[in-house]
Amino acid sequence: MSLLDVTGLTIRYGDDTVVAGVDVFVERGESVGLVGESGSGKSQSALAILGLLPKNARVDGSIEFDGQQILGESEKSLNTIRARRIGMVFQDPMQALNPYLRVGAQLKQIILSHGLAEKDEASHRAIEMLAKVGLPDPERQSRAYPHQLSGGMRQRVMLASALIAEPDLLIADEPTTALDVTVQAQILDLLEDIRDNTALLLITHDLGVVAGYCEHMIVLERGRVVDAGPTTSLFAGPGHAHTQRLIAAAPRVDRGGAPAPVSASTILSVGDAAVDYDELHAVVNVSFSVRKGETVAVVGESGSGKSSLVRAVLGLVPMAAGRVVYSGETLDGPVETRSLDGRRDLQLVFQDPVSALNPQMRVQTIVEESLLVHEPALGAAERRASVVAMLEKVGLEKKFLRRFPHELSGGQAQRVAIARALILDPKILICDEAVAALDGTVRAQVLDLLRSVQEETGLSIVFISHDLAVVRSISHRVLVMYMGRLVEAANNESLFARPAHPYTQALIKSVPVPDPVVAPGRAPLLGEVPSLLNPPSGCVFHPRCPRADAACSDTTPVLRDLDGTRVACHHPGN
Amino acid sequence: MLIAVMALVGPWISPNDYVATDLDRILRSPSAAGMHWFGTDGLGRDLFVRTMHGIRVTMLVAIVASVVSLFIGVAYGAIAGFVGGRVDAVMMRLVDTLYALPFIFFVILLMVAFERNFLLIFVAIGAINWLDMARIVRGQTLSLREREFVEAARLTGVSTARIIFRHIAPNLMGIVIVYVTLTIPQAILVESFLSFLGLGVQEPQTSLGALVDAGVNQMERAAFTLLIPATLLAVILMCFNFLGDGLRDYFDARHSQ
Repeated sequence: MSLLDVTGLTIRYGDDTVVAGVDVFVERGESVGLVGESGSGKSQSALAILGLLPKNARVDGSIEFDGQQILGESEKSLNTIRARRIGMVFQDPMQALNPYLRVGAQLKQIILSHGLAEKDEASHRAIEMLAKVGLPDPERQSRAYPHQLSGGMRQRVMLASALIAEPDLLIADEPTTALDVTVQAQILDLLEDIRDNTALLLITHDLGVVAGYCEHMIVLERGRVVDAGPTTSLFAGPGHAHTQRLIAAAPRVDRGGAPAPVSASTILSVGDAAVDYDELHAVVNVSFSVRKGETVAVVGESGSGKSSLVRAVLGLVPMAAGRVVYSGETLDGPVETRSLDGRRDLQLVFQDPVSALNPQMRVQTIVEESLLVHEPALGAAERRASVVAMLEKVGLEKKFLRRFPHELSGGQAQRVAIARALILDPKILICDEAVAALDGTVRAQVLDLLRSVQEETGLSIVFISHDLAVVRSISHRVLVMYMGRLVEAANNESLFARPAHPYTQALIKSVPVPDPVVAPGRAPLLGEVPSLLNPPSGCVFHPRCPRADAACSDTTPVLRDLDGTRVACHHPGN
Repeated sequence: MLIAVMALVGPWISPNDYVATDLDRILRSPSAAGMHWFGTDGLGRDLFVRTMHGIRVTMLVAIVASVVSLFIGVAYGAIAGFVGGRVDAVMMRLVDTLYALPFIFFVILLMVAFERNFLLIFVAIGAINWLDMARIVRGQTLSLREREFVEAARLTGVSTARIIFRHIAPNLMGIVIVYVTLTIPQAILVESFLSFLGLGVQEPQTSLGALVDAGVNQMERAAFTLLIPATLLAVILMCFNFLGDGLRDYFDARHSQ
């Protein structure tokens, strides 16, 4: 008998069926991945198992946990099961933790309310559990409030509270999606290590995570199971068309496919750029150049300064030092003071297409607005014609002209944002995490769109991303940033084949590969990014670096050439 | 709605004039006889017509004052919020300074300095209401300014004025409209309060506040002269509050879609 046996699960809101006859089986101690794109019903199914759906949801089918039917159980008995036998972890630990309680006290509350230990024992148990999930200095950290912890640490606390009762089943809904890739690797390792006999139902959109950590996987599409079975055979065999689509759309960091290098003139060069927010040095002396028709990727974890860097280049935030030269013309000062032509040639695409489009404007107005400024001679009909042509280029039909942003899907909205940027025919397009919020298959389409526009027009692209797998598939050259510093710059080929900086090597190793044949290594980096307000002495990476020695904490390494790679490290190489 | 229609047509359907005095029939109880549906006041004037007239004056004062505060407040707040920096600091300190002025004192000063007139009430009420509006709009603008569609507009070279009016202002509309429906009852209250103190509308003009004031004087002899305008005042206030709630729900629903 399975530990969890869900059959024919159907969830309806009014006439809207979001989950239609889903079966999920989880054996004791097993790990099962529930995979799908947004709207596939994976989170809804998990919430149904936990009995946490809103009241207006109609749930049918059968949910048996350890032989006991729990669908339709009373809230009270569900509470007992949820607390003692099913643990849960959500994507955003900040929402799941009480902001007014110290984390130690929250754990203690769980321990006491379920009678896991006596009162005088409880504090001790809480600290023990925090140590087990790898919270450094658990004694002290147990007195911290959730907001004083980093995202990774909060997720560790969540894991501690989910596992403290030693449940039979842990349900984790996108537990690492909000985390940086090196921290994600740590949390996934931890999940693997401390699970013991607890079975795991892992809900994720990331095939790399499933391939590395789940024995079985279930693929959902629009509320239906399209594929289920052992992870290795689903990845190997020709499964359902949708599964194949998902696998094909997932870029791999371990395999090439870099675009052919371009050798043309430099169009944009940035020298010794620095950005300060009061005392905080977000970007420190970064130099780079972009050639015509080239895609330059800027990668780094959150707080690496990659967004600040390009915002300073564009004049959206003030640059503390440095210069920007665009085809012979020096760009400085805020964007409002720059020449119209200079502004026209540099355009930006944002991460979240929904907040990048004015909710009160129709698509046509959004796309044509900049034409009013730059092509005042155009009549209304001509403007409309060029908007229609532009929309067609990004793969949207005419009917979208009259839509409002909230009537678009994420992928459609991002296409509109790209159309708005491209209608001015810019020379450089800056994409700030432009595909991060999109589903895998949509992301692949948008990347194809960018590639084809580049081939057609010789557009240069600055591609900011935290996702190395995507970077590998699209960029000619890669800049790696850490804590506002450029630590390595190389062309795509050599960076992924022979990363020289230990941080780059760790980043690449941390990315889960969507292929169960490639065994996931242990998380290569411990700890998390230090505070920018109080950066480490010498090389900012030395506290986390496996190669660090005395010199690293004393002197700051400068960028130097090493076989065509620029690297800032005292001990570079493989 | 019904009250508004009544206030508009009321004076025409009744044969009595709001200034006509009939000293033979002072303080008559409400009756159909002589067409005095709400009775008459201490000077024999028809209370129905005077009440309807009072509602007109009260609503006019409230709506004009709110519209005035809407325009000043939105423009002021949006500019302060969008331009930011030193301009913002100076503009908002001015608002803080005006907040610190005791309002009643301010109105009495105005009354003393100028002739008592109708216009002064608009000025006085508008002058306090726009401060709140400016603060709310500035706060919203500050958060809208950081939104990415505004950055996108700056990048493409859209002028600051166009950004404020095309990108910021339409996105403020939801909260502004809701807030206006809340300032109208506030303005009604303030006007009634001023008139009650005798600082507001002057005879023979009247407003709900002035009627309540008159009613208080006649309370012991003719309670209806107090009760009728006071009840109507309360009902109008409730209507506007419900309207505000309804509008807020409407805008919330649109955003959650």
